[in-house]
Amino acid sequence: MAALTHEAPAAAPETAPAMNRRRRALPVWRWVILLVAAVYFLLPLWGALRFSGISAFGSVISQDGFGSSLWLSVRLAIVTTAITLVLMVPTTVYVHLRLPKLRRVLDSITILPVVIPPVVLIIGVLQITKSTPALQESPYLLSLEYVILAMPFAYRAIDAGLRALDLKTLTEASSSLGAGWVVTLWRVILPNLTTALLSATVLTVALVLGEYTMATLDLTQTFPVWIVVNDQVSAQVSVASSLLALFVTWLVLMLITMLGTRQSRRRGGGEVTLFTAAAPQTIGN
Amino acid sequence: MATNEIAGKETTAASETGAAPNGSGVTASAAGSGGTSVSLRGLTRVFAQTRALDQMSLEIAPGELVALLGPSGCGKTTALRIVAGFEYADAGEVLIDGKDISGVPAAKRDMGMVFQSYSLFPNMNALDNVAFGLRMRKVAGSTRRKRAGELLEMVGLSAQAGQYPHQLSGGQQQRVALARALAIEPRVLLLDEPLSALDAKVRQQLREQIRSLQQRLGTTTLFVTHDQEEALSMSDRVGVMRAGRLEQVAEPAELYARPATAFVAEFVGTMNRLPAELGGGGTAVTVLGVTVPVQEGGPASGEVDVLVRPENLTVAVAEGGNGIVSGRTFLGAVTRVAVLLSGDTEVSIDVPSSTALAMSPGTAVRVGLPGTPVLVAPRQP
Repeated sequence: MAALTHEAPAAAPETAPAMNRRRRALPVWRWVILLVAAVYFLLPLWGALRFSGISAFGSVISQDGFGSSLWLSVRLAIVTTAITLVLMVPTTVYVHLRLPKLRRVLDSITILPVVIPPVVLIIGVLQITKSTPALQESPYLLSLEYVILAMPFAYRAIDAGLRALDLKTLTEASSSLGAGWVVTLWRVILPNLTTALLSATVLTVALVLGEYTMATLDLTQTFPVWIVVNDQVSAQVSVASSLLALFVTWLVLMLITMLGTRQSRRRGGGEVTLFTAAAPQTIGN
Repeated sequence: MATNEIAGKETTAASETGAAPNGSGVTASAAGSGGTSVSLRGLTRVFAQTRALDQMSLEIAPGELVALLGPSGCGKTTALRIVAGFEYADAGEVLIDGKDISGVPAAKRDMGMVFQSYSLFPNMNALDNVAFGLRMRKVAGSTRRKRAGELLEMVGLSAQAGQYPHQLSGGQQQRVALARALAIEPRVLLLDEPLSALDAKVRQQLREQIRSLQQRLGTTTLFVTHDQEEALSMSDRVGVMRAGRLEQVAEPAELYARPATAFVAEFVGTMNRLPAELGGGGTAVTVLGVTVPVQEGGPASGEVDVLVRPENLTVAVAEGGNGIVSGRTFLGAVTRVAVLLSGDTEVSIDVPSSTALAMSPGTAVRVGLPGTPVLVAPRQP
């Protein structure tokens, strides 16, 4: 017993230098991993750039269907994000507040779209919308499908944001001061969820701008579909437009993230990264 | 409306004179301010298998501060949440100025609530937090900001008006929360362990500040705490709760000096238990060689323990006495001396620190009991 109690404090100074050594050793590995990752991700891009040639970029814009398909993808992204947020935010808030036991169920339900193949999803949607041909012919039918696809990501982002808040206390404080449900959601909960909402938005937008399978099956020429179709006309132009799409998407996501981080920093929140939300603030003295 | 005017004047007066929040000059009595009365009648609440509240009744006079004190799980928070409207009672009613408010949603009850912590809206600065309730009451922007500013001044945080919750210390956050709760000129102020997340020094300061503000504004207040020192020092009356019931409601001094039950006696302050024998049909008890009268409320027969506070026992160094000193704890002016009595009973006795110098561990002493009535309880195994 005595030996045990003596060992405990002695162990502490021993681990400190060991940890320092490890920390000093870390940067080398960090660079190696970074280099491997960079090669893995950037080499194909460089290859694509070499294949298409700079001149192909100029002709991308003048290609038939470039503008219309890109614009369709952007509209779909906007509509999908809007539907996703309107559906998911109140639902998740409600489950957190009133049905916390259902959280695990919701966790599993929202993961389903990842497990179920897109083909199955789209056949299901087509079956259900048989009676409404107007909706079936509209390109926005895709938005409804994308909402399902985006659900796992959007839900997890919002869920993480809500976990970081003391939702019950904030809601009760708000209602004791005379605010109803809508006001509480709008003025108290949403402003403190900006980080999570941005994460959800970024993920949904990225998903819509890159989705190919469902759009093809749905015979809708979104931007990714256009790239593939165009590939048969001119491989160079197609690759150039892929690169362009990648760059534009990346730019949009960076922009959203930067704006979000700036906003959340002002209020003491953290950096906006996907799936993470500011840790709950600690009460100091 | 009368309350509003009074509260408003108080605030202005305080800000004009720049009076410190704990300014001692103002003591608007509750009676004059037309405060609100609160009655809890037969409140019962059952969660699954446990009775969180069991026929609990309590009357709070206008302007009074009543603390609900008890161990965790005794139902005190449930009672407060039922008054606030966040929880419902399975039976019983809550009357505010004689009117049953059971059907009124929390948002329409006009109750200011201060939570344990984390209750400030992180997206709003201190001023906007305080002004939130006024905004909900559609008070015009300029009036709202002015009033919120006055309240922040009242809690001594004018300089922090523009700061966000994460930039404030824990004590400051709770002061903003208090200002926010008071801003709506609540009919009842509800405090849910507002000091428990703070360190001792801040807690002490805030305790005094809350009490002086409450007395100044004459707001009827229900205060939930598990800290007996807090309850005793801040309240007009303290209700000690156990297993969903109120064991005793009394003024702090009364509660300490004349606890109604053994539970209250041992929960509030320190209590010694001395095995004794009941005599005289339960009216007298023999303990430490003396026979003393028994306070009402105990058992009439059987094996009992006599309950005595450390300051009510006497001790003196005596060769061949009835006990041996087993330890000493220096507490400042007094020292708590632990004495082992024959029969393996240990008691704590408070003696002036100068006297305690002679009582080092191992010293033989004689422990005595004054002849005043004592509280007895069934013997604990």
